[in-house]
Amino acid sequence: MQYIPNILFILVLIAGIGYFTKNVRKVIRNIRLGKDIDRSDNKGERFKNMARSALGQSKMVRRPVAGILHIVVYLGFIIINIEVLEIIIDGIFGTHRIFAFLGGLYDFLIGAFEVLAFLVFIGVVLFWIRRNVIKLKRFWNPEMKGWPKNDGNLILYFEMVLMTLFLVMNAADLQLQALGADHYVKAGAYPVSQYLLPLLDGMSETALILLERTCWWLHIVGILVFLNYLYFSKHLHILLAFPNTYYGDLNPKGELDNLEAVTKEVQLMMDPSADPFAAPADDQQEGEPEKFGASDVADLNWVQLLNAYTCTECGRCTSECPANQTGKKLSPRKIMMDTRDRLKEVGDNIDKNGSFVDDGKQLLNDYITPEELWACTSCNACVETCPVSINPLSIIIDMRRYLVMEQSAAPSDLNNMMTNIENNGAPWPFNQMDRLNWSDE
Amino acid sequence: MSETVKVPTMAEYMAEGKKPEVLFWVGCAGSFDDRAKKITKAFVKLLHNANVDFAVLGTEESCTGDPAKRAGNEFLFQMQAVTNIEVMNAYEIKKVVTACPHCFNTLKNEYPVLGGDYEVMHHTQFLKSLLDEGRLKVEGGRFKGKRITFHDPCYLGRANNVYEAPRDLLRKLEVELVEMKRCKRNGLCCGAGGAQMFKEPEPGNKDINVERTEDALETKPDIIAAGCPFCNTMMTDGVKSKEKEESVQVMDVAELIANAQDL
Repeated sequence: MQYIPNILFILVLIAGIGYFTKNVRKVIRNIRLGKDIDRSDNKGERFKNMARSALGQSKMVRRPVAGILHIVVYLGFIIINIEVLEIIIDGIFGTHRIFAFLGGLYDFLIGAFEVLAFLVFIGVVLFWIRRNVIKLKRFWNPEMKGWPKNDGNLILYFEMVLMTLFLVMNAADLQLQALGADHYVKAGAYPVSQYLLPLLDGMSETALILLERTCWWLHIVGILVFLNYLYFSKHLHILLAFPNTYYGDLNPKGELDNLEAVTKEVQLMMDPSADPFAAPADDQQEGEPEKFGASDVADLNWVQLLNAYTCTECGRCTSECPANQTGKKLSPRKIMMDTRDRLKEVGDNIDKNGSFVDDGKQLLNDYITPEELWACTSCNACVETCPVSINPLSIIIDMRRYLVMEQSAAPSDLNNMMTNIENNGAPWPFNQMDRLNWSDE
Repeated sequence: MSETVKVPTMAEYMAEGKKPEVLFWVGCAGSFDDRAKKITKAFVKLLHNANVDFAVLGTEESCTGDPAKRAGNEFLFQMQAVTNIEVMNAYEIKKVVTACPHCFNTLKNEYPVLGGDYEVMHHTQFLKSLLDEGRLKVEGGRFKGKRITFHDPCYLGRANNVYEAPRDLLRKLEVELVEMKRCKRNGLCCGAGGAQMFKEPEPGNKDINVERTEDALETKPDIIAAGCPFCNTMMTDGVKSKEKEESVQVMDVAELIANAQDL
């Protein structure tokens, strides 16, 4: 009978980690629905970008208030997780504070965890105030209505509860240590939770043990629930920020990729000896001709899909976007959110049917409208500001390519511009033969 | 500026069996737009003044394809690119300078993969290098002490991380260089990029160029300096919409340097 808690703990742990692993595999499968793109080059540069942006949070602090608060929560999150290691060992073996033998170092660690937990709590409360009381504009854009808003707040509540449980657990432990209760070895320093002791005044040993055990269980179960919540939330960035910054675009921001399929066609057109009616060579498979640009998530590359899962909807991109600031419908954050929502929809479709069954929907029109796409000035403000190397512009351009090359659906002004370039080599209707006239005007 | 400036073409150089130090890529705006033509001429004067051996492609030049590519027409872009690359490679071009950041970005970043590999410089970078080599003298002259704010073109700044060359040149003019609240990597777009120059903006509550002009006017400038023919147009329109054209001029960095010396 005495092993029931241990067994229960192991079962909970396996269930929590197992379900999470299952969902992570879905995320990876969904990302792999994207087209291939080679990002295996420049490993050194890539590591540097990951170290600077994800690990070092360098772009976060460009907005100092949010940046510093974020670093507190981020550090707290990482460091307090060392404590989770002890919790897991204790849970499996039925021990209590297994690392207590570390003595002074243990005191220091627990003390540091407490201070961090307290700072995280404060940070999270301030984040909540920024969202819900100060109502910072970027958290109230139209795309934030409903689930995205609730998601953001839920994450904050989760963290508040987890930190509170941790501190109350420590306070109860400290009181039990003082009472000399069995198993509760004198260990650890409690710079924060000691101030909670007055609240526990007069509680019996049994009640304190019940409180301590309840907090302990809720804390670890809460962590496992939170871990599994990531998959359903924007909060996956705590994991994906690392691969996303690693695989980010290292080229100058102004450089758009070259469509190789088009290069082949252009070479054919320019080659005077090419026979346009020639049968395809034997080694060329006569499949469906490649689609130009993107109308759905599978037309995007896997880095763009990874970008979508990484986005945590902070909205810095949208707040910097010149189109959005001047009232246009375009919001780079919405581009990322739509891409992820559609990708999840496609993934669920595959889960249900074994393979993708046409659902009559696509990313274009059903999620992202041409009006949004045509409002972009390609200024790269969104790309520059994203703390984790997400590139909404590349998706916008790929979708414009589909509109123009597959559907001939450019705005008429742009069609005129392109006709001019085709006919006379300039976006305006001037004759190419007049190109040097300026020199003697 | 009505006097004729001597502008040699690559074809003429070829006929004489010579190769210039640098190809001046004029661009469509620089060739056809009335306002931008003044920038082209100012830059040519500076090239003459610094004894730079340059040539243009003239009627053999064609749109780089930038607006087509940004509009999503990769076919048209590549047709343009391949044609231009054929011409430039035939002349064995090594170095290109242009006064348009869009041409600059496309030639520098998007031509190499299609077979056009050149050293490409924006005219502010090129002028800065002439200054450093002592070939060009930049002095305060007419603009000494004037308040000037520089609007970063997206395709020079964020797109290619060139922020200092134009500012270094302006400082040499002994002007009072004032920065807008949003500048350098945070600079706000003028609204023309991504082929927007050639279409009406989508429905909204304000034009981007007006928003940007307000940023500039906040610095109480005598002159708004630009480094891009499209930004120039957008900012000029913005200043007009604010009815400030009497007191605030929009000028290219090359024009400022040329006019300072009464070239």
